[in-house]
Amino acid sequence: MQDALFYMFAFLTLVFGFLVVANPFSRNPVTSAMFLVLTIVSLAGLFVLLHAFFLAAVQVLVYAGAVMVLFLFVIMLLDLKTEEQRRLKAFGVVGGLVSVGAILAIFLASLWNAPVGAADAPTLEGGTVRLGKLLFTQYLLPFEIVSLILLVGMVGVVLLSKRDLK
Amino acid sequence: MSIGLEHYLVVSVLLFSLGLLGVIVRRNVLIIYMSLEMMLNAANLALVAFSRFTNNLDGQVFVFFIITVAAAEVSVGLALIVALYRKRQTAHVEDLTTLKL
Repeated sequence: MQDALFYMFAFLTLVFGFLVVANPFSRNPVTSAMFLVLTIVSLAGLFVLLHAFFLAAVQVLVYAGAVMVLFLFVIMLLDLKTEEQRRLKAFGVVGGLVSVGAILAIFLASLWNAPVGAADAPTLEGGTVRLGKLLFTQYLLPFEIVSLILLVGMVGVVLLSKRDLK
Repeated sequence: MSIGLEHYLVVSVLLFSLGLLGVIVRRNVLIIYMSLEMMLNAANLALVAFSRFTNNLDGQVFVFFIITVAAAEVSVGLALIVALYRKRQTAHVEDLTTLKL
């Protein structure tokens, strides 16, 4: 059952990810954003299969919720109708495919040659309690610094969105 | 054959490559940015898989921080894109060649 679910979520993740990058039916950024939402939700499914329940919830809430709403908001704001007519350059596509294929080959070859240990049954449970305890004891300082990063990001966005940008 | 670490890593690698392909091939700034988010998510998947199969929760804490920083990064990046669009009226990377010699 778990295996079938893994293959289903992995397949869905990759198909939706492909449709974000190269949708044969539409070049509209809104379509890409919608498929990115689906990719992220399928990834959350994979997180659940890895027993990272808290992260799966955060993935759906923060990514599929907040971040993608931001993306869609900006796409609607910019109104990118004319961008759809542009043609892709053949040289760029071929060069991109070759370079990405080379990197993929390097990744897969190293994965193939890596001595992955005999799979003993994993017992880790990524529950909220254990993660929260770790976050507020061992990782307290990074946690506070991250709150500072969010503050700096907020100030930066307000500054950048001013009309008369110097 | 049960699902092991390799399976998750292969999915992560493929998703990362798809994101990289999007960054290289697509010419729309917003779609390039979405592909970047996909690459980040692929790295997250690898981290969670390693965390599960090495019985170490630190990987999940890392993913938590990555998601938080990515949220801040997306907000700043999209503000930059909006500012750029206001100045140049384009979201197409081939029109943004000011830095080209």
